Amino acid sequence: MKKIITLIAAVAAVFSLTSCGYNTMQANEEEVLAKWGDVEAAYQRRMDLIPNLVEVVKGYAAHEKDTLTAVTDARSKAGSFQVSKDVMDNPAALQKFQSIQGELSSALSKLMVLVEKYPDLKANQNFMDLQHQLEGTENRINVARVRYNEAVQKFNTSIRTFPNSITNSMLLHLKLKEPFKAQEGAATAPKVNIR
Amino acid sequence: MKKRLNITIAALLFITASAAYALEAPALKGRLNDYGDMISPAAESSIEQKLASFEASDSTQVVILTINSLDGDAMEDFTIRVAEKWKIGQAKKDNGVILFASKNDRRLRIEVGRGLEGVLTDLLAGRILDTVIRPKFQAGDFDGGFTDGIDAIINACRGEFTSDGFASSARNDGNYSDFIIILFFGFLYFVRMVTKKSKILSGLGGAVAIPIWVHNAFMPLGLTGIIIAAVSGFIFGLVNSYILLIGGNTGRGSGGGSSFGGFSGGGSSFGGFSGGGGSFGGGGSSGGW
Repeated sequence: MKKIITLIAAVAAVFSLTSCGYNTMQANEEEVLAKWGDVEAAYQRRMDLIPNLVEVVKGYAAHEKDTLTAVTDARSKAGSFQVSKDVMDNPAALQKFQSIQGELSSALSKLMVLVEKYPDLKANQNFMDLQHQLEGTENRINVARVRYNEAVQKFNTSIRTFPNSITNSMLLHLKLKEPFKAQEGAATAPKVNIR
Repeated sequence: MKKRLNITIAALLFITASAAYALEAPALKGRLNDYGDMISPAAESSIEQKLASFEASDSTQVVILTINSLDGDAMEDFTIRVAEKWKIGQAKKDNGVILFASKNDRRLRIEVGRGLEGVLTDLLAGRILDTVIRPKFQAGDFDGGFTDGIDAIINACRGEFTSDGFASSARNDGNYSDFIIILFFGFLYFVRMVTKKSKILSGLGGAVAIPIWVHNAFMPLGLTGIIIAAVSGFIFGLVNSYILLIGGNTGRGSGGGSSFGGFSGGGSSFGGFSGGGGSFGGGGSSGGW
């Protein structure tokens, strides 16, 4: 008799867990983790491209040392930065990650501006190829970040709303995840469409 | 607290502002979505056919979208929204490609599904834009640009495109969809032969041929699927024999095929065209002319 009651209780517990968001929240967290993986992969992809890019530019503009070293330094800084496991629920860690990658972005964009002065370099097949790859990678980073933020929003909503919030505070103790902030300057400089 | 409120308000304003500026992704009309009216009807039908047969043989979905203007929206943001809405490519394979052009902005993009990123790399997509499409567009030849561009994309998806031009390797003629069509017409022929002898035999022929055909052409069938296909094949065989009897015995057997005209286009052209559920991760390349 006692066994049957335990069994019923267990079954009831399982069913009640499905309706209190226990599984949903975990699934949402998994999604955030997966999207974060995409973000990291996209940034990694960019870092992998940079040595080749620097090499090619050096061939035509070796004397532009400042810009080139800025890129190399920013890359090695980004490469040596250890992304901790809790980066998603630690605002400071994510902020750090974002600023390090942001430095690399700005160093790279300075390099691309500089390239405008060297028509030979711009016409170089290797350089054009790298440019395509770099553009593609920047776009992937953008897409991955947007999707990560969407997943974060979904997850945060799911752990804060009733009745999931109770389940979370009692059983799961999941922490709010941190979204990417818009880049500094991105919000203050709206795109102007000149026709 | 007050600071927090300010941030919230700023965020809200930002969100509403960006929502107001975002250009709505248009509806998927078919493989060709010529909202910018850049392609002539003649070229349209030949491109359409090319894309349909490519999907039939390789299951890769390639679509074209043209618009008049981006209205100041960022092209990459717009095309990824389109990709997310249309879901071009098969669900698990993510093998979709969108060739996009905005007429007034003179901007181009090839948006590549995740599953094709290995063959149609950003680099290759960029080269197709630079060396194939852009020269034609600059000369004002939109039809030629789209036609050659689609050829290049198809070749790239097959792993045959190189930056020097098209690979010379011959197209694979004996492909799978041909075999399926042969099987179908073979079945019709069989029905025509046995009709004179027995309607039941014709029905049995259907019961055998249709499950085999469906299994090979569309999807692997389970036991129930085979039974259902066999029953409908039996009925089809019976009915077909009647139709053929009414139509006369004088060599009009192939007429039976034309009532199934949709099939000859390949596996997936039932009704309208729609995306298969493919996902995109921002791969591809942008350019202009």
